[in-house]
Amino acid sequence: MTELKMRVWRGDASGGELCDFTVEAEEGEVVLDAIHKLQATQAGDLAVRWNCKAGKCGSCSAEINGRPRLLCMTRLADFDPTETITVTPVRAFPVIRDLVTDVSFNYEKAKEVPAFAPGPPDADGKRRMMQADVERGQEFRKCIECFLCQDVCHVVRDHEENKPAFAGPRFFLRYAELDMHPLDTHDRRELAQEAAGLNMCNITKCCTDVCPEGIKITDNAIIPMKERVVDRKYDPLVWLGSKIPRRGGGPAREDV
Amino acid sequence: MTGRHPMTGNRMDAEAETEAHGFETHDYDVVVIGGGGAGLRAAIAAHDAGAKVAIVCKSLLGKAHTVMAEGGIAASLGNAWPEDNWKVHFRDTMRGGKMLNNYRMAELHAQEAPERVLELEEWGALFDRTAEGLISQRDFGGHRYARLAHVGDRTGLEMIRTLQQRAVSLGIDVFMECTITEVFSTGGADGTSISGAVGYRRETGRFLVFNTPSVVLATGGIGKSYQVTSNSWEYTGDGHALALRAGASLINMEFVQFHPTGMVWPLSVRGLLVTESVRGDGGVLRNSEGRRFMFDYIPDYFKDETADTEEEGDRWYEDKKNNRRPPELLPRDEVARAINSEIKAGRGSPHGGVFLDIASRRDAEFIRRRLPSMYHQFKELADVDMTAEPMEIGPTCHYVMGGVEVDADSQVSIVEGLYAAGEVAGGMHGSNRLGGNSLSDLLVFGRRAGESAAAHAEKAKGSAGLQSDAVKASAERALAPFAEEGGENPYTIQKDLQDVMQRLVGIIRTGEELRESLTEIEALKQRAGHLTVEGHRQYNPGWHLALDLPNMLLISECIATAALEREESRGGHTRDDFPGPNDEWGTKNLVLTLDDESVHLEHQTLPVMSDELKTLFEEPS
Repeated sequence: MTELKMRVWRGDASGGELCDFTVEAEEGEVVLDAIHKLQATQAGDLAVRWNCKAGKCGSCSAEINGRPRLLCMTRLADFDPTETITVTPVRAFPVIRDLVTDVSFNYEKAKEVPAFAPGPPDADGKRRMMQADVERGQEFRKCIECFLCQDVCHVVRDHEENKPAFAGPRFFLRYAELDMHPLDTHDRRELAQEAAGLNMCNITKCCTDVCPEGIKITDNAIIPMKERVVDRKYDPLVWLGSKIPRRGGGPAREDV
Repeated sequence: MTGRHPMTGNRMDAEAETEAHGFETHDYDVVVIGGGGAGLRAAIAAHDAGAKVAIVCKSLLGKAHTVMAEGGIAASLGNAWPEDNWKVHFRDTMRGGKMLNNYRMAELHAQEAPERVLELEEWGALFDRTAEGLISQRDFGGHRYARLAHVGDRTGLEMIRTLQQRAVSLGIDVFMECTITEVFSTGGADGTSISGAVGYRRETGRFLVFNTPSVVLATGGIGKSYQVTSNSWEYTGDGHALALRAGASLINMEFVQFHPTGMVWPLSVRGLLVTESVRGDGGVLRNSEGRRFMFDYIPDYFKDETADTEEEGDRWYEDKKNNRRPPELLPRDEVARAINSEIKAGRGSPHGGVFLDIASRRDAEFIRRRLPSMYHQFKELADVDMTAEPMEIGPTCHYVMGGVEVDADSQVSIVEGLYAAGEVAGGMHGSNRLGGNSLSDLLVFGRRAGESAAAHAEKAKGSAGLQSDAVKASAERALAPFAEEGGENPYTIQKDLQDVMQRLVGIIRTGEELRESLTEIEALKQRAGHLTVEGHRQYNPGWHLALDLPNMLLISECIATAALEREESRGGHTRDDFPGPNDEWGTKNLVLTLDDESVHLEHQTLPVMSDELKTLFEEPS
């Protein structure tokens, strides 16, 4: 058992500060364990989101020493024992309290994605897809919606003004997943480009770097989507030029 | 307490809201409590039936416990084995539950599961495929054929995301991070019926009121009352407790499933689920002597369908017609008890479990492809490479078979307008649930509950509504821990409860220990009557726990009470002092109700299946 030094941001929308704590740490523990011990013994009202504590639900996103990570998948052993571990709320979203932020941006953007629309089934009523064809979408559907990719994306991280026109990497994954779904009948390229702001992404791969599921967001979803948009538009520079004044909100569903 | 909070300036009493603006109030035809698989499916069904629906869930949408389900959804699609059909699935389910299941629920479940799985595909789910391009099906304990539709080992994530995206596209209202503290019913000449529900927003601590004639409970289970559990903080038995307090009854509460394979080391992840698919895909259990000990624990009940040599068990993966399945794939209760016995006999692993070995039996590429999240979980959290070495595992509290007593076809409880679906409902799984049967349960009965709730709302339109004094009293009760000075810390009481349940109401039980547990729970209830929480109402986990604790205590009492009464061993209930099943007990359910704050228990005869269904159990297996 060792004494672990922690600094945890505490406060709300009106402001806050880093608070120092010392907590007993045991072998094999993760940062979320340390936070739970603080709650149980020193700060009963310390606000943090968590559910599965197994890297499967994507609830406990925060920034640990400035890096967006899941609290439940960050082991204390990864740090030098003398190091102070600093935990702050994700920066791209407004703070509610302590480590809990208002992530409703993501749920609003989810509403703008038109639903999956399959064609008719095979003659015998069944649907057939080959494993190789579903695997592309399956990679994107591994997404646990931790929103760390949204947090790290520099288009919105410090640019609140970009949020209306930009859905972010999580939703580029969703558009790509639907676009590559063997049964989906919509063409989502224009929507991804115009309403979701795919063009604003300049592929710095920060999202891929922080994805706890190891999804190759940039290489496998964003870049192919950009290429497919180009295929459709033929001349990207002319097209981009004509679209520079950004649109707020998404177009109506029939535009899909 | 009438003061204002020093930090926020909020008034800390309920009066502030009623005086100034009134409580936030909503009118719905159907309110679904819980945003997991059952809740989402119920909401979709009620919406499709024309009802105005709200989903109220404790976490963000898409984070519910369903997301943690790994192995798959049991449904006799017949894609892997054309011999499979609903009758075989029904038979497997009943035998897995040691015939204590509500046969009608098991029948509906087996019949409708395939349709519900195919429906998910219509809504965008991407299941793993067979060579012909159909939905692939994998082996699991207690299922005669490979039957589980799956997506690697993250099937629950696929299911919840599909349902979530469907619900969002239908425009269903979702109240995220809201906890319901009370469901109200009113007694009339023709019985009790639902009038609404009260809860609070976690974000602000403000109360909200729902006027509704139909409430669907889809709140999941109770595992957080145990020390070693695969369940999250949300599993505090809320729905079970809300139902009891609203006048409904619970059945089968003595049956708690301990999943055979939870992680045991490091302590931080103790209890975390290791999917049964590891065994379904070829993994075996060994003790410290390297012996595949499950061959020593084949019960007579399953002798005819279980391999008695390693060679036969190994051949079964490829040829199911001429071989019987390996004993590692016996139902979960059998495997969990066997592991428990090996550990007690001193043949356990260094950290108090046994070994689960797939590394010596399947190649690394196969393991990583079939079990990607297990690979990730062991690598990241335990520094174990499951493709190269065995894993240490042990039993973990996973699921409660018991729940709200409901009508099999409509999911209505004995209270008019109150429905339950999924883990919070009882009966479907009898004394033990087969792996893969819970995801299908959520879909089949979620849909049925949603449709029934919508139909009831249509009939009962305009009749529901809460009295403001009842709401105010409810809010005041919820705020009491802020006023209490020098009371107990809710975290301490939760920890003590977990210790009692783990020690005295665990896998192996005795009358003496169960009596002791009831005394201890009573003492904890007294202590929990005086809780103190620090801080203010905005997103305060200590306060949230203080409000969940009474539910945990009440349901723990129900489990211990029923477990003490049932003097036999069956499925998820093992009595050291009454080993083996007893035929007379095999015809009985234990029914619990709340009578003036105290738990009341009655015996009830099980429904008897038709002669036609009975013939399914006469055929040779």
